[in-house]
Amino acid sequence: MSGAEILLEPGVIPRLLQGLWVTVWIAGVSVALSVPVGLIVGWLMTMKNPVVRLLTRIYLDFIRIMPQLALLFIAFYGFAQAWNWNLDATGACVFVFVLWGGAELGDLVRGALESIPKAQYESSYVLGLSGWQTFTKVILPQALRRLLPASVNLATRIVKTTSLAVLLGVVEVIKVGQQIIDANRFQYPTGTLWIYGVIFLMYFIVCWPLSIVARRLEKRWKHD
Amino acid sequence: MLDWAFVSHYAPFFVKGAEITLIISVFGIILAVVTGLVCAGIEIARVPVLRQIVRIYIELSRNTPLLVQLYFLYFGLPKLGVVWSAEQCAIVGLGFLGGSYMAEAMRGGLETIPEVQRESAYVLGLSPWQTLSHVVVPQAISTSIPGVVANVIFLIKESSVVSAIALADVMYMAKDLIGMYYDTYESLFLLIVTYLVILLPISLLGTWLERRFDYERR
Repeated sequence: MSGAEILLEPGVIPRLLQGLWVTVWIAGVSVALSVPVGLIVGWLMTMKNPVVRLLTRIYLDFIRIMPQLALLFIAFYGFAQAWNWNLDATGACVFVFVLWGGAELGDLVRGALESIPKAQYESSYVLGLSGWQTFTKVILPQALRRLLPASVNLATRIVKTTSLAVLLGVVEVIKVGQQIIDANRFQYPTGTLWIYGVIFLMYFIVCWPLSIVARRLEKRWKHD
Repeated sequence: MLDWAFVSHYAPFFVKGAEITLIISVFGIILAVVTGLVCAGIEIARVPVLRQIVRIYIELSRNTPLLVQLYFLYFGLPKLGVVWSAEQCAIVGLGFLGGSYMAEAMRGGLETIPEVQRESAYVLGLSPWQTLSHVVVPQAISTSIPGVVANVIFLIKESSVVSAIALADVMYMAKDLIGMYYDTYESLFLLIVTYLVILLPISLLGTWLERRFDYERR
């Protein structure tokens, strides 16, 4: 197959890997920030206060029903004008992914917290555990077992969605690929096929192990 | 405040965009369901070789973003002599992505039916076809529906990405209007409303279907 030599040109693969690093960085930061946000949202969702319940419900449903690309547009174009908040494209991505991840994880946290029988809280109380001890020693370990596989899954979804960053102008792996294609348009007319093929594989190599880990964790803790 | 004259003047653009979104989604979803059925069938029947191919396809499709799949189809494939229009690429892309999700949902549904039921049906003298149509499928539908509906909504949302290969869908209209007139709020407002109008009824319909086919609790 002709044209594959483009991949051997000096700098092509290293540059693509640099681009991939940007992708992974955005996804990693978003997942890391989603976890505390998700814990807070989940805790808010279990509150009895009807106003808090309604607000968290609207937040979750809105995030879930809007396409991620639409959310990115709202953050990138809307917020800049509304509050003169000059969020750069990378910032807008992280912001949206944290809102999204926080909502999805929050719902899982709510489910995990609500699934723990009340008797456990009462027993802990009787055993003389403080509120904090009950949470960290009894509730959290159980909740985490349900959360960890879901968080890994969410990480895969966020990595995939990070591809949309290119549409806001972030220079990540796809953008780098387009630059390489354009720079070599005459020398390697079929470069497009190979570069996009490699990017496709790069995403797969990042996401596949995550999917496997999520599946393993799910299986292992299923019967607990 | 919103400039309502702008909103009402450009609302028809979003109706047009919604048409494109829906057309692409409907054909993409049909392709995804067919692909999903074939793949789930192959996995359940444990067809050798084909089964491994299905597994590879499912892993590839689930672990790569739609945008990259579309770019590959739209910009990459013509170099191999396969030239598809943007519409065809979008539909094939959605079908490729959705097929694996549908297959997993349907396989999940079929696998919840215990082996005993098939054996009992055999003992009762039902033919394999009768077993399938009267025993297995009605139950599998009820257990697959939540997953399938979630995938339908997921695919309509994912279709927003086709604006990247120059299809004038809802997303494209919003981007275009922001770029041309800088009426950001109005365009974003129309964008949100259009997606809500498309997705809310489907989401509600999904909830209704789930209840309608929940034979266990009905």
